[in-house]
Amino acid sequence: MTQKIRKWVGNAVYFAIVFLLLMLFLSPFLWMVYCSFKTPIELSKLPVNWLKGLTLDNYNKVFVQQNFFKFIKNSLIVAGGSTIFGLILGLPAAFAIARHSMKKASMLILVSRMMPGITFLLPLYIMFRQIGIVDTYLSLILSHMLTGLPFIIWLMTPFFESIPKDLVEAAIVDGAGSMTAFLRVVLPLSVPGIVTASILSFTFSWNNFMFSIVLATNKTRTVPVAIYNFISYASIDWGGLMAAATVITIPILILAITTQRYVIRGMTAGAVKG
Amino acid sequence: MLSRWIDRHEKWVFTFPSLFFVVIMMVFPLGYTIWNSMTNWTLTAKTPTAFIGFRNYVQMFAEDPRFLQSIVRTFAFTIGSLIFQMIVGVGAGILIDSKEYRGRKILNSILLLPMMATPVAVAMVWLLILEPTTGVANYLLKQIGLPVSKFLSGTNTVIPTFILIDTWEWAPLITLITLAGLASLPHDPFESAKVDGAGPLQVVWHITLPMLVPTISVGALLRFIDCFKTFDIIYTMTTGGPGYASETINIYTYQNAFYYFKFGYASSMLVIFFAIVLGTVLFVTYTRKKLEV
Repeated sequence: MTQKIRKWVGNAVYFAIVFLLLMLFLSPFLWMVYCSFKTPIELSKLPVNWLKGLTLDNYNKVFVQQNFFKFIKNSLIVAGGSTIFGLILGLPAAFAIARHSMKKASMLILVSRMMPGITFLLPLYIMFRQIGIVDTYLSLILSHMLTGLPFIIWLMTPFFESIPKDLVEAAIVDGAGSMTAFLRVVLPLSVPGIVTASILSFTFSWNNFMFSIVLATNKTRTVPVAIYNFISYASIDWGGLMAAATVITIPILILAITTQRYVIRGMTAGAVKG
Repeated sequence: MLSRWIDRHEKWVFTFPSLFFVVIMMVFPLGYTIWNSMTNWTLTAKTPTAFIGFRNYVQMFAEDPRFLQSIVRTFAFTIGSLIFQMIVGVGAGILIDSKEYRGRKILNSILLLPMMATPVAVAMVWLLILEPTTGVANYLLKQIGLPVSKFLSGTNTVIPTFILIDTWEWAPLITLITLAGLASLPHDPFESAKVDGAGPLQVVWHITLPMLVPTISVGALLRFIDCFKTFDIIYTMTTGGPGYASETINIYTYQNAFYYFKFGYASSMLVIFFAIVLGTVLFVTYTRKKLEV
């Protein structure tokens, strides 16, 4: 009997702590979404009157007045572009590094993955200004690849290493060139790794603020910069700000949750093998 | 013909595009920065740019207390964040792992949210929550009878507040790493400890933690470098303020480059910043190799 009670108490304590912990991580998001539906006057009132002052005006402001569609389009172009080019450049490189155990190249990739972005931002800003591409998607795509490309190579190298060497050799003996072997044999086997690399490279670019605030202009402004501009005005419109925050985070969070097996593998890579 | 040529030079054909990118976008800019760091290039200055040797470096360390304070502050923030998120992250991981039940996978989804969400958006939400007069954080503190805090607008509370936000954002990553690490541990040591009559806390302290060290220490070192580079949340929430109370190296360098337009001086800071991070990275790889042996 006492053992039963003790087990029951143990369970209750466990689930209480886990629940509290998860609420701690989840509640800012719930608060963000809730506040995005509140009128400005109701928003500043505490205690909260949960059902009063609900409105869709904030979303109207975000999409109609601020025209967030444009920024979302910009972000999709930059994140998509930097991911695709990152894969085109990175996958063959990771394959060669894995196949030939290129220690120096992999060290170079590791170092470039860790370097603070700002070390490259200033010289790149000067260079881009001189060749006149600050105002284009190209400058943003190239700068976002500074994060994406090293990450893709860093993540894919161990993945390619785990593919049996015999498979590649067999394809080459059968008369396929190494390019064909790579495209026809190695890549199809690496789909899970490529999915992980793509999702995370896309997310890093979508979330990137530092490169974008310096290199993006009116024409190419991405969502994190657009949302920051919301508070640059004299008084903060909290409802609109929360609606904008919701609009830019929810797609990325849905992406993360629906592909969580891949995302977790990518985020914990390095510390956890396999 | 072409295919044969590719085969013969496969190593370099496959890596050339990436290496070219790294050289043009990273190695060359770095050299350019080192060159700039020895000039007094200021975009707004009327005098022409001149080569001044190591003058910027002397100024940085001997005449610029704001720079030295930003270094100290960066380390305080980094170490504080690291300690907090390791304790919370590993603790939560071990706790969650202590029971098996259906639906535990849902926890992983929630843990993923803070680190995947756009940092600027997250920063805006925390700005609203922590607003000293109208924010819900102080309201809740009052409700349970605790003193209110100025959070981001107090010179003494701003860094601790950032430590809490960074912990909220990244402790879940440590938890996920811990959970993955725990899943790969062998069962035998735990069984024999149970047979020997060890309590749950003894097991955690003497068996679980030591076996987790290789995993979580790599996680900690990766987090160390990222904390050190923290920019988005600090820049968007306080821009280094109030006063300079939350100005880290990253923020101060950014201000010198893109607010004061002192390209030369900012470049010399970048060189120092780069050297500190490079040193840490080399240390990380060295320790990793040692741990893996």
